[in-house]
Amino acid sequence: MPALLLRDLRLATRAGGGFGLSLAFFLIVTVLVPFGVGPEGGTLGRIAPGILWVGALLSCLLSLDRIFALDREDGSLDLLATAPIPLEGVVAVKAAAHWLTTGLPLTLAAPVLGVLLNLPEAAFGWLALSLMLGTPALSMIGTFGAALTVGLKRGGLLLSLLVLPLYIPTLIFGAEAAKRGAEGLAAGTPHLMLAGITAGSVAILPFAAAAAIRVNLR
Amino acid sequence: MLLIVEDLAVARGGIALLEAVAFTLAPGQALILRGPNGIGKTTLLRAIAGLQPPLRGRVDLPADGAAYAGHADGLKATLTVAENLAFWARIYGQRDTAAAIAAMDLGALADRPAQNLSAGQKRRLGLARLLVTGRMLWLLDEPTVSLDAASVAMFAAAVRAHLAAGGAALMATHIDLGLAEAATLDLSPFRAKGPVTGPGGIADPFDAAFA
Repeated sequence: MPALLLRDLRLATRAGGGFGLSLAFFLIVTVLVPFGVGPEGGTLGRIAPGILWVGALLSCLLSLDRIFALDREDGSLDLLATAPIPLEGVVAVKAAAHWLTTGLPLTLAAPVLGVLLNLPEAAFGWLALSLMLGTPALSMIGTFGAALTVGLKRGGLLLSLLVLPLYIPTLIFGAEAAKRGAEGLAAGTPHLMLAGITAGSVAILPFAAAAAIRVNLR
Repeated sequence: MLLIVEDLAVARGGIALLEAVAFTLAPGQALILRGPNGIGKTTLLRAIAGLQPPLRGRVDLPADGAAYAGHADGLKATLTVAENLAFWARIYGQRDTAAAIAAMDLGALADRPAQNLSAGQKRRLGLARLLVTGRMLWLLDEPTVSLDAASVAMFAAAVRAHLAAGGAALMATHIDLGLAEAATLDLSPFRAKGPVTGPGGIADPFDAAFA
């Protein structure tokens, strides 16, 4: 399975791999918001954690349909399903690769882009922490959605519609955690909830996603 | 026995295609599946590979499974020939890809990205993947598509070496590989006569409940 992770990371960083796509989209969202909302510092600073979380979520969504669709197209998924590694493991590795190429860069970029949104100084650490805890859940839930729609041509729309409601709890607790941290309030509870969502989805969804793939490969 | 198939019935898209298919493959044997387009050769191979559940019947594979090669080669366009092969070797817990590269004459192409290969060269790489799996049973779906005569001979030699080493191969193909030792199974007599009930069949209990 390390071989699969290595391959996915290599594919993502080569030409046409879509590594920069999510990051570029995130950058565009955060650059455009001040133009839309206006340059008034107080307003921007107040909405910054929420905007950054929404931006990260949408950037994540952008790259989901690549997770299995490309492997399905070139036959790799059939071959992986008949290979001696369990399909649950394949799903978990795919989600991990997606997080490493999407969630982790977004987490690292978010504090930097926070400067553009006049994010309060105290919030930088909290924002990074909440994204670090929450983005693995986004990747895992997204991988599950991608597994559900793997047999469909142009399944991107259905995938977004399926995954969006599942993303909402992560968004609520993630943005709340960052906001509370920024305002100096007790931020333990939303962080724990966020960590719980991540732990729960990492524990359960590989099995659900593998079952969905088995049905879709028939 | 490397493969035992008993009373197998398979369906595609809810339509039963084949029923009562039965054969065995011992080490050193090759079996070529023949039959007109659409009779269910691919479906039968996918069912044996475990990619779809059969309607009925039993498939006994070796404990470590089989190496399946379908219509698509499972190649990544931006990886080189050597990288593609090394990836599949490691998935199957193998290390050595040199023998497979030599057997399929890919040495000169090893550092080319797979997207720059011709269709026949891609196919050769896809078949080289079989050699790095280390599995005794090969399930091959139209392995010779887009291969030229020389490559077909090269592939036949690889199959022959695999059989000589105690392996077995089940393949669906329309052309003559020149494998004298291979037996041929015509699937026409196994064409499903009527609706076959079972999970995934057209008389699925799920469909019946909502009919």
